[in-house]
Amino acid sequence: MSAKNNETSPNLGVEVAGLRLKNPVMPASGTFGYGAEYAPFFDLNRLGAIVTKGLSLKPKAGNPTPRIAETEGGMLNAIGLQNVGVDAFVAEKLPLLGSLSTPVIANFFGNSLEEYGEVAARLSDIPEIAACELNISCPNVKKGGIVFGTDPKAAAEVVSLVRSKLSKPLIVKLTPNVTDIALMARAVEEAGADALCCINTLTGMAIDIRSRKPRLANVTGGLSGPAIRPVAVRMVYQASSAVNIPVIGVGGIMTAEDVVEFLIAGATAVQVGTANFIDPCAMIEIIEGLESFCRAEGIDDIRELIGSLRI
Amino acid sequence: MNEQTVKNLKTVVLSNQEVSPGYFRMRILAPGYPGSAKPGHFVMLRVQRSLHPLLRRPFGIFQTGTLPPDCEGQPPKEYLEILYKVVGRGTNLLKDLHQGDRIEVLGPLGRGFSPLLEGREQILVGGGIGLVPLYMLARELVKTTKVRLYMGGRSREDILCVTEFERLGVETYVSTDDGSLGEQGFVTQALERRLDLGSEASLYACGPMPMLDAVQKICAQRCVPLQVSLEALMACGVGACLGCVVKGIGHSEETPRYLCSCKAGPVFDARELAWQKMDKENDYCEGCAS
Ligand SMILES: Cc1cc2nc3c(=O)[nH]c(=O)nc-3n(C[C@H](O)[C@H](O)[C@H](O)COP(=O)(O)OP(=O)(O)OC[C@H]3O[C@@H](n4cnc5c(N)ncnc54)[C@H](O)[C@@H]3O)c2cc1C
Ligand SMILES: Cc1cc2nc3c(=O)[nH]c(=O)nc-3n(C[C@H](O)[C@H](O)[C@H](O)COP(=O)(O)O)c2cc1C
Ligand code: FES
Repeated sequence: MSAKNNETSPNLGVEVAGLRLKNPVMPASGTFGYGAEYAPFFDLNRLGAIVTKGLSLKPKAGNPTPRIAETEGGMLNAIGLQNVGVDAFVAEKLPLLGSLSTPVIANFFGNSLEEYGEVAARLSDIPEIAACELNISCPNVKKGGIVFGTDPKAAAEVVSLVRSKLSKPLIVKLTPNVTDIALMARAVEEAGADALCCINTLTGMAIDIRSRKPRLANVTGGLSGPAIRPVAVRMVYQASSAVNIPVIGVGGIMTAEDVVEFLIAGATAVQVGTANFIDPCAMIEIIEGLESFCRAEGIDDIRELIGSLRI
Repeated sequence: MNEQTVKNLKTVVLSNQEVSPGYFRMRILAPGYPGSAKPGHFVMLRVQRSLHPLLRRPFGIFQTGTLPPDCEGQPPKEYLEILYKVVGRGTNLLKDLHQGDRIEVLGPLGRGFSPLLEGREQILVGGGIGLVPLYMLARELVKTTKVRLYMGGRSREDILCVTEFERLGVETYVSTDDGSLGEQGFVTQALERRLDLGSEASLYACGPMPMLDAVQKICAQRCVPLQVSLEALMACGVGACLGCVVKGIGHSEETPRYLCSCKAGPVFDARELAWQKMDKENDYCEGCAS
């Protein structure tokens, strides 16, 4: 059901952090590789944007196995941010991404404040990258492993530093493992973020009851998939109510209807993660589904939905 | 690495039969597979449309083939077959599918076997359900050389499809732990005897990790080339999630080295892997189910 007929198609375009997206749908970091992995299935240019696997300064080997465990309506992962590092990314992955017309968003992280700054400076110089997404759900190894994104001061500090090194739009991806997401959202906005992305995975755990061992070698991991969607919708609602910058909603999206729910809650765009594993064409079906939804509901411009919650 | 055309087929089951207690063989309509699927490739099956279980399940391709069309004027029906052991939720749903039921097949995936011929004796070693990827390989190899299959399992129920290998002209040797079929003992004992006759051989193995480790040692001692097909937990099957890694040669806790088993594997040259570091319990391997 694509827009082939002569009716005027609804406008699916949105703007986030100064980027014009042809539709609000992009992959969630770490679930779409570097794009090439899904190129056999559809034209990547159909996506609103592409978000890379989280990049660090040096290559990262990742965690011991098992790294994944399926749970009810979701999955736990403790991949350990395995990635090729910025240099190999530029040499091996960027040629394909750079040839696309859709904007490329580079997700990145660091293990210390300094490393965050260095990666930001490197990414800043790469013309093929349209914007950066800062993952602050990482432990600060120099400060006893406290996660940057769970402390408003530490979060603001890393965001300000990155802001000062990065000459591109900055999206900050928040962790849901906090008591007050609105507080974090405001701290990050004040420190210079151009947009927020909510949410990263929820920390979880699963045990094999026969061996009494954790099902992940890392013991705990991040929960994703449909099981987390109500939490993500709540956090998008609270964060978008607390700030003036746009919010990208992510967490458990499987269908176009799920996207609409996030938009109503206050998201300007969305990311699709775990659903890509289940159906490599999930995002295309979602984009087509959004168009049908708008048409069926008489919505000319998808932006009408954003933050349209009636309470 | 061979770059096959990977597709997500929304297709139907052609047949699904229990071939031995707890083991099923499913034929799925799969246009293109006879041309594109190579020995050692696998597919990710979406067993149902609801959320339980959420993820797809990986299965080796047992064989591909072509059937005459249902009626004249239609194209012939290309299919693939999987052979699976019922172990949990996904395989329990799979066993209840019937002719005409819908199923989604992502594939063909992974790096398959790269046969080493050159006057060598070709030896396949299968443990339990680990025999699956060896059939297509045997079909290729018998075209040019003599092929021997060493097949092991716990009991006679776990020895599958041996007559089909024999029909290809493969010489088969069966061992079972309980002696209910073939020789009693491990498949590796018979294998060692064969290798000690001294002719140059190439080995291809798939089965439970302890068996693979034993085969690997036997081959390393005798400088015999070996390719193994591994099994890992998988989410995406296309190299995106990095959930399926196995430890590569040179791996240590300080300098971890992981190989992506859905992209760089599931077939590896035994020399690519860090055998001493493999956790026999946690690193899943083909046929843990067996
Ligand atoms: C490349 C590849 C090829 C495979 N080919 C075949 C094949 O040809 N035939 C076949 O029968 N199986 C094959 N498998 C294994 C098959 O994917 C699993 O048996 C299946 O996913 C189990 O799903 P389930 O929902 O029934 O079990 P679950 O409910 O997920 O698990 C049930 C039990 O099985 C164990 N288990 C789950 N996944 C695996 C796994 N990957 N390996 C070992 N144990 C597991 C679990 O720990 C649990 O104890 C293959 C796996 C891979 C990675
Ligand atoms: C296997 C896997 C790897 C991930 N890797 C990253 C990553 O590198 N950086 C990041 O910011 N988020 C990462 N995430 C989190 C996702 O981007 C997303 O926030 C989360 O999965 C929730 O969305 P979902 O329910 O649609 O999957 C990862 C998630 C999964 C499942
Ligand atoms: S299963 Fe996802 S990378 Fe291999």
